[in-house]
Amino acid sequence: MKRLFFYTITIIIVFFSLLPFLWFVGTSLKTEVEVTAIPPVVIPAGSLDFYRSGIEKYNLLHFLTNSLIVSGISTLITLFISVFAGYAIARLRLRFKGVIMGALLTVSMFPQISIAGPVWRLLQSLGWLNSYQGLIFPYVTLTLPLGVWIVASFFRELPEELEDAAKVDGCTHFQILYKIILPLAAPGIFTASILVFIYAWNEFFFALLIMTRQAYQTLPVGIALFQGQYTLPWGEIAAASTVATVPLVLLVFFFQKRIVSGLSAGAVKG
Amino acid sequence: MRISINTREEVFAAVLLIPCLLFVAVFAFYPVLYSVWLSMHRIILSLPALGRKFIGLGNYVELFKDEIALHSLANTFLFVIISTLFEVLFGLVIALVIHRHFRGRGLVRAAVLVPWAIPTVVSSQMWRFIFNDKYGLVNFLFYGSDVTHYRAWLADPFFAFSAIVIADVWKTSSFAALLILAGLQAIPNELYEAARIDGANAWHQFRRITLPLLRPVLLIALIFRTMDAFRVFDLVFVMTQGGPADSTNVLQFYGYKKMFAEGLMGYGSTISVLVFVITFVVALLYIRVIGSGLMQGKV
Repeated sequence: MKRLFFYTITIIIVFFSLLPFLWFVGTSLKTEVEVTAIPPVVIPAGSLDFYRSGIEKYNLLHFLTNSLIVSGISTLITLFISVFAGYAIARLRLRFKGVIMGALLTVSMFPQISIAGPVWRLLQSLGWLNSYQGLIFPYVTLTLPLGVWIVASFFRELPEELEDAAKVDGCTHFQILYKIILPLAAPGIFTASILVFIYAWNEFFFALLIMTRQAYQTLPVGIALFQGQYTLPWGEIAAASTVATVPLVLLVFFFQKRIVSGLSAGAVKG
Repeated sequence: MRISINTREEVFAAVLLIPCLLFVAVFAFYPVLYSVWLSMHRIILSLPALGRKFIGLGNYVELFKDEIALHSLANTFLFVIISTLFEVLFGLVIALVIHRHFRGRGLVRAAVLVPWAIPTVVSSQMWRFIFNDKYGLVNFLFYGSDVTHYRAWLADPFFAFSAIVIADVWKTSSFAALLILAGLQAIPNELYEAARIDGANAWHQFRRITLPLLRPVLLIALIFRTMDAFRVFDLVFVMTQGGPADSTNVLQFYGYKKMFAEGLMGYGSTISVLVFVITFVVALLYIRVIGSGLMQGKV
């Protein structure tokens, strides 16, 4: 009886988590006639028309490329900087450590709108509106708290004896970081990269402000601004949405454990 | 000798931190302060000849007379309260389920994470489609094939607001669940064993052990969700554009429109500062509550 209750709830949760999105994926595989059919068609014909027209008429691949470039480079830069900062915070003698951690935590709470105007003006004066770096710089800033926090919490878990031994052998701090800490903390760095990548891939507000020309827009902006001539092109929107989401769903199913541990390290343990 | 090693370590640490602090200073702290400065000026992007005129607190006075701004403020608070309450509640239920050991737990956890991972723009379009007036799933579920009764849900103030809350709760309950899960994992098993020996049933164990020990984590989940809900933007932009009749207009969307659609940099910055101050106050409040909550919960 108790078991039955538990499994019912589990099934309801899984059902509600997946069904709305599966419905949208299904829509992307329908034909024009099936999308507007009443009663709705449950099993789509499996047509790829909407993907074809998404690519041909709505520049779907273009948005995808921009998203990959911006999110990929942002993730690389954020992680590179986070490793240095995380090591300093987790392991080194440092004044104002509390202040620095507090400042980072504060940044993670900033509402985007509170920095939007000045960031936009700054990028405008640099001539960086509608450029990859114009979006990458804000993304690096906004994901640094997450990156540093997770990387530092993984560094802290490594045994200190390793470093002491290396110091006795005459290694410099940089060598310790590079040769000993980095390889051991690789799983933590990987976890942080997944979360940073997902953040950058999904970000919409700054992408909307900064990328006003279609040539530089990322997938979320493209998907939000899809316009048909008379009605909304739902099939193409669903196709683009599926393209934007499938990589993330794969990440979630492959790296569920890492994501769960990373998010709780980033939020609770700190 | 010893001092010089320590000094060298501190210098090295400072060097390692420079890139991080530089980014944060230039693209986060300087902009926040500059927003405050901008909010004391009249700047209209479409009329560059006006230049920037210092008007002190003029924009703030205007803000509190601006009915749409006050309406958006009320909407934002209502949205934050309702959605975070549901998210923490559903988060707790989900966390209790995915905390148990059972076959296929990994898959269930991954399934629960899917809404969290989906780009908000995508989930907004998805819910907009589900609430569509002509061929949306909601209409079909309520009225079947009887098209004459189909409603334009997103054109109705009450239902449009509810739709945004539903979309947000759907997407972010799993994040609350993950935080609460971490809290559940920290509760030692011996407590439950002892309770079972004393004859406590499942409900008693939940009321007397789980819930009290979970209180700090529930509060943390509440803070994180509250602060995130205050910056709701994507859902509103895609699903309703703040309409109908400003019933779903929220501060971040209103500020965006003032600044970037109407080019009112000065007045828009006033809204930026308002959102920032509210978030900051919420953060401080919660930190105090958590401080005392931790003491009570963890003895």
